[in-house]
Amino acid sequence: MEKKLTLADLAKILEQYDVVELEDITIKGEVELELGSSAGLALPPALAQALQSLMGAREMPGAFEAKRIEALLPATFKVAKAEWTGEIEEVTLGATSADGGTRERTVTIGGEKSLPFYNFDAQMPYPPVISVDCFDMPIPLAKAVREYYGDVMEDPGEWAKKNVREFGADMVTIHLISTDPTIKDTPARAAAKTVEEVLQAVKVPIVIGGSGNPDKDPEVLEAAAEAAEGERCLIASANLNMDYERIAKAALKHGHVILSWTQLDINAQKTLNRYLFKLGVPREDIVIDPTTAALGYGLDYAFTNIERMRISALKGDTDLAFPISCGITNAWGAREAWMKDSPGKEDSDWGPAAYRGLMYEIITGLTLGLAGGDMFMMMHPNAASTVKKVTQTLFGAKVKEDKAKKVAIEDWVTWDAEVGASKK
Amino acid sequence: MKLSSPMEIWKYLPGTNCGECGEKTCLAFASHLKERSTRLEECTPLFEDEKYADKGKQLAELLAPEIREIEIGVGARAAKIGGEDVMYRHELTFYNRTALAYDVWDTMEEGELRERVSRITNWRKFYVGEFLTLDAIAVRSVSGDAQTFAACVKAVAEETDLPLVLCSFDAKVLEEGLKVVPDKNPLLYAADKTNWKEVLELVKSYKVPVTLFSPDLDMLNSLALTFSSAGVEDIVLDPGVSPAGEGLADTFSKFVRVRRVGIEEGDKEVAYPLMSVPMTAWMIHGDALDASYWEAVLAAMGIIKYADIMILHSIEPHSLIAERTLVENIYTDPRRPVSVEPGLREVGTPTGHSPLFLTTNFALTYYTVESDLNSNKIDSYLIVVDSEGIGVEAAVAGEQLTAERIKETLESYEAENKVEHKTLVIPGLAARLSGETEDVTSWNVLVGPRDSGRIPGWMDDNWPPK
Repeated sequence: MEKKLTLADLAKILEQYDVVELEDITIKGEVELELGSSAGLALPPALAQALQSLMGAREMPGAFEAKRIEALLPATFKVAKAEWTGEIEEVTLGATSADGGTRERTVTIGGEKSLPFYNFDAQMPYPPVISVDCFDMPIPLAKAVREYYGDVMEDPGEWAKKNVREFGADMVTIHLISTDPTIKDTPARAAAKTVEEVLQAVKVPIVIGGSGNPDKDPEVLEAAAEAAEGERCLIASANLNMDYERIAKAALKHGHVILSWTQLDINAQKTLNRYLFKLGVPREDIVIDPTTAALGYGLDYAFTNIERMRISALKGDTDLAFPISCGITNAWGAREAWMKDSPGKEDSDWGPAAYRGLMYEIITGLTLGLAGGDMFMMMHPNAASTVKKVTQTLFGAKVKEDKAKKVAIEDWVTWDAEVGASKK
Repeated sequence: MKLSSPMEIWKYLPGTNCGECGEKTCLAFASHLKERSTRLEECTPLFEDEKYADKGKQLAELLAPEIREIEIGVGARAAKIGGEDVMYRHELTFYNRTALAYDVWDTMEEGELRERVSRITNWRKFYVGEFLTLDAIAVRSVSGDAQTFAACVKAVAEETDLPLVLCSFDAKVLEEGLKVVPDKNPLLYAADKTNWKEVLELVKSYKVPVTLFSPDLDMLNSLALTFSSAGVEDIVLDPGVSPAGEGLADTFSKFVRVRRVGIEEGDKEVAYPLMSVPMTAWMIHGDALDASYWEAVLAAMGIIKYADIMILHSIEPHSLIAERTLVENIYTDPRRPVSVEPGLREVGTPTGHSPLFLTTNFALTYYTVESDLNSNKIDSYLIVVDSEGIGVEAAVAGEQLTAERIKETLESYEAENKVEHKTLVIPGLAARLSGETEDVTSWNVLVGPRDSGRIPGWMDDNWPPK
């Protein structure tokens, strides 16, 4: 080492790194440093680097290392817990006979005091739930989905039943899309009948969705809310572009929860929620839908929008501290989810569309679950069961047979791919 | 980075407003440094003028990202990983996207091996104006034989310019592999509590980046401290991926907590890029399709929560498309504008008889439609409506795309002077607007397909209009 280091220099550096004492270092005379060769020697890397640059040592590795490290340097991994001040509202959907409804069970979401699945900060109180979609008329579906629902598309009650019995749905969403004036213009009264049918067909809590037509939905959802009196359904949805007041009042009057829907806009979500508070909607009757965009089609915006809302809520913004519902079925709008081949001539082969669609729905669901989603409206039974499985696992639900316990995880290095041939 | 505002950065700059960096003032340059939208090296006086040398050096250290940035591979396809500064992308942006490495193994028959390497190397998919590609190839020693591994690495290196990850827990096997590609800067996988001394020697003599593996975080920390104290800084940490059950919940927690310590607590001992190995999914699934879905689930967790590089097995299209697209979504700079300029664009060489398509100014929608027209060689006009950066379906629902706004757009870009047929093709997802648009614009309105990928087929049936 050509450049000498004065004690004053050294003291200054040590102070900068909060080092009080250096073990295994002998200071000889004024300026020479000698590093001891005992096994435990370690300078914090940042300190070593600073000393080194001060002394003009050019070569990065080696200058301050012990001659040969004979044993691992001991270390303890320590991490602080994140403390948040806010808490997400707990919302219960469905009402049993004890509460004036006819549901056999209820579903509770929300109540988080930490980011999703951060059980090391605070245990998540309820796992996310999955509501499987059905519609009040046959609709065009991707082939991969149609094969599951082809036999029940004419009958919303049967469709709902299938979602629960065969696909294990926690909840069912009935979308009253035929009420749209540009589709069938089904009258509100007829739509209310469909809701009654679904309520009779299944005993799980339900979501009642309109057609998305801002002019017609208030009337339709009002009639549906009345028909479902006391069942504590989720009414989907109120938004700023329509007469949300009429919908909110109907939900309030007939004992339902309201879905407050905005389009990827935090401020709009706060505004709409405040309007709902003003109308007297209790906090435990609000779920929010900040909008789901599919993988590859704006998922980044949806993810960040939800993550930001959840973080704001945990930091104490009570305007946003509500459970979040995500319309994961939107994933099927991605062309990769259904199109036979790539429309672009220069892409590598896209493979079978059926495999892609399922994948798009799964990844969209899990992504928004990691952002803060509490409830997923889904379409493909296998996507629903996969998202359920992973969210339950991260939530910490006990499993019957933990296959992972039987494998040494580092064995992937020598894993023989021959065993992985598809049986399907 | 350790500095919290442009002002704090500015104090270390020359303050002469010389303009060498391309900015008018040192403060403007400082803002770019804070946003990580320029490089410190652009301030040439800081490095060339002796009197700024100290400040330059200090500033470089203070600006260094919280998570160390390392590079694997060489040449045009070398991959930078790590270099992250935030826990949530909206706080700034995630910086170096998760590198996706797909595996090959040394018991593969050579023809099959070369074919797989070439598929990984050449895979691509068009997305928002560019082609997505894959990032690396992981070569696994299944045979356990050093010579067999070396031969495999050699064949792989001949087929690809992608960075390599050499995988074995046997230092002798790793060394034989390294000897074949000493100048390719491969990432070694891995040193653990048993082989660390031998691997450390290898890393020091070959000067390559190394992965440290331990599911026990104290041990992982200890390995990292040991290697960095030995002067090795190009480190990647693998806390292990347990593919299911309690182990998976624990895996998730480890990735978050290790990154939290590195970024929020500023603890440099573990502030290194993280590796995730979703291919562990294959060890618990008997069926390849099931395994590929579960592998993608593990991959998605890693892409979103802090894996900087990952090793995967399925190279089936459904896996590659979904995994790579998710990386692109999560690592896109959230500060990038959502929208493109509205206007009237030409695709190919349109004439007065070419179709006029309408779309919104949501960047994703615009680039998709434009590329579909281009790639299918459809000479046409594309009129881009200002929908406030919202896609077609949502903009119709939210009334950012209305008949009135379509009318204004047609008028302000003088569409009438471009086409003789006065026919406008609107997206299928905006079908609801067709009647009203005809009424207010007095143009003929045709409803196109719901997805612009189907425009070629739609053209066969509908163009020219009757």
